[in-house]
Amino acid sequence: MTSNRAVDIVVSLALLALAALLGFDNWRTGISWDATGPQPGYFPFYLALILAGACLYGLVKETSARKEPSETFVTREQFTRVLQVFVPTLAFCLLTQWLGLYVASFLLIAGFMAWVGRIAWWKSLVTGLVFAILMFVTFEIAFDVIMPKGPVEALFGH
Amino acid sequence: MEAFSLLLYGFGVLLTWKTLALMMVGLILGIFVGVLPGLGGPNGVAILLPLTFTMDPTSAIVMLSCIYWGALFGGAITSILFNIPGEAWSVATTFDGYPMAQQGRAAEALTAAFTSSFIGSLVAVLLITFLAPGIASFALRFGPPEFFAVYLLTFCSFVGLGREEKHKTIISMTLGLLLAGVGMDTVSGQLRMVFGWSELYRGINFLVAVIGLFGISEILLTMEERLALRGHAAAISLRVVLKVWKEMPRYWVTLLRSSAIGCWLGITPGGAIAASFMGYNLAKRFSDDKESFGKGRIEGVFAPETAAHASGTSALLPMLALGIPGSGTAAILLGGLMVWGLNPGPLLFVEHKNFVWGLIASMYLGNVVGLVLVLTTVPVFAAVLRVPFAAIAPMIVVSCAIGAYAIQNAMFDIWLMLLFGVVGYVFKKIGIPLAPFTLALVLGNRAEDAFRLSMIGAAGDLRVFWSNGLVGSITTLALVLLFWPVISAAWERLRTKAT
Repeated sequence: MTSNRAVDIVVSLALLALAALLGFDNWRTGISWDATGPQPGYFPFYLALILAGACLYGLVKETSARKEPSETFVTREQFTRVLQVFVPTLAFCLLTQWLGLYVASFLLIAGFMAWVGRIAWWKSLVTGLVFAILMFVTFEIAFDVIMPKGPVEALFGH
Repeated sequence: MEAFSLLLYGFGVLLTWKTLALMMVGLILGIFVGVLPGLGGPNGVAILLPLTFTMDPTSAIVMLSCIYWGALFGGAITSILFNIPGEAWSVATTFDGYPMAQQGRAAEALTAAFTSSFIGSLVAVLLITFLAPGIASFALRFGPPEFFAVYLLTFCSFVGLGREEKHKTIISMTLGLLLAGVGMDTVSGQLRMVFGWSELYRGINFLVAVIGLFGISEILLTMEERLALRGHAAAISLRVVLKVWKEMPRYWVTLLRSSAIGCWLGITPGGAIAASFMGYNLAKRFSDDKESFGKGRIEGVFAPETAAHASGTSALLPMLALGIPGSGTAAILLGGLMVWGLNPGPLLFVEHKNFVWGLIASMYLGNVVGLVLVLTTVPVFAAVLRVPFAAIAPMIVVSCAIGAYAIQNAMFDIWLMLLFGVVGYVFKKIGIPLAPFTLALVLGNRAEDAFRLSMIGAAGDLRVFWSNGLVGSITTLALVLLFWPVISAAWERLRTKAT
């Protein structure tokens, strides 16, 4: 079982790596002073140092306080439920690229309601359809906000 | 009296049918946002921001600030009826609000919550009306060093006064500041931290981050906890409203105290959540009957709600006058101002009178209309919560994606939103606060510009931050706040040694 402490350590390490990467990139950009004042990398470079310092402090703190037990980060059952919403969301983002946002949102809502929520198929389909059309009318027609669209919208001339 | 005439002028700007209609729309959307789990003030405003891109700035800000008021009101509904705080600052409202609902006094609790919210905001708006112009004109004398000192003060007070572990606040803040620097450097035009990846040239938009951090992550958390929504029904009758209003003057001390706490903490960055708890705790401490708190005492609803709204509203004061938001949502409104090409800060009061006074007037009107609206429509919004979460969750995901995409018309932003969703979920679980991150992401570039401009002016001499009394005292105050935990601990030790 993963504990909160283990996750804490992993996150600190990841952030430490990020700090190193960004710090290095800023060092490459230039962290010294020139005729016009500090170079572009100056400010972020020192921020990366502070970030790294805070991560190191956290790491030391978490690894030295070994004795007392830490809370569980997530149980298997909870993790399953998180994935139940995360995986459809991921699929939705992928589908948006190919089918456009409106079709993808219809599929997400109808699918999620029917499979995860175990709501009757016809209710799920109708809800998904109504919501997708409502969004289309609001954004595409009423407010002129353009969303990614795919082949289905093209059929209707949009 | 100048403020008064300017305010009347603001009402003049506001009183058109179109603005009033937008206000109603904003309030209704806001209450929805506040009521639905997984949405909330900051996230709701961020998602709905794109709707306003085609409007003129005044209509847009009126609608957005009404979404904000609506969300503040909506948070109370879920706290009282369902024992689920819609916002972190409504947590304290559940202590006595939910017991009241259990005893069948939901209508009373709701009326108390809405009315005290109204009073809290009203006090804060009065403060803004009379104080903001003065502060702004004072701040007109600020140069880059002063501005940097104020930014520093904001960041330091988050670290020093926050309830979270200090190093986690620092992690969250520096990460935000770093990500704010991604993309084109505003001073030299050079690209930074993009690693040759063209999608990053635009920089990381903070609205996208907010939508991911607060919206997507909240959905993940809500699913994890598997919220079973079981709430109490409520309809508010005029009789109950009048009864509560008649009782209200008895608690004037509590109301006044909570308003004062709220205003003070709202102006101090990061104080909105603390305000509601502090309002509640102080009301309890000064009460003759401490035992009855937590068991459905109406005062236990008055106190936190007044404080929460006073702080939520007064958080807009530093945003308008100095360009420094006092809360997460204020930070997003600030981002909105920048989208419309308005530069928040003291000059706003000089260059965009229309806008500022229209906004301030809308705070008055929005609160009055909001109060009437929530009192009359509670049953409708409570019904929203009975819609199965399996239907609401995907709809929120879609709304988040629309909001994220619309900001820069970039598919990349939808992916970024998803990434921030996961980051937010993990951060929340291990106690890394998200508010400092948001604030840092918004203010990062401005803080850096101020720093570099002051450095250029002073030829690299750091003593510029102590070059005159004003900037020197702000910088010193910032450092004191940063090291406040250390200082207060040392002070305690000295005192115990002395006795």
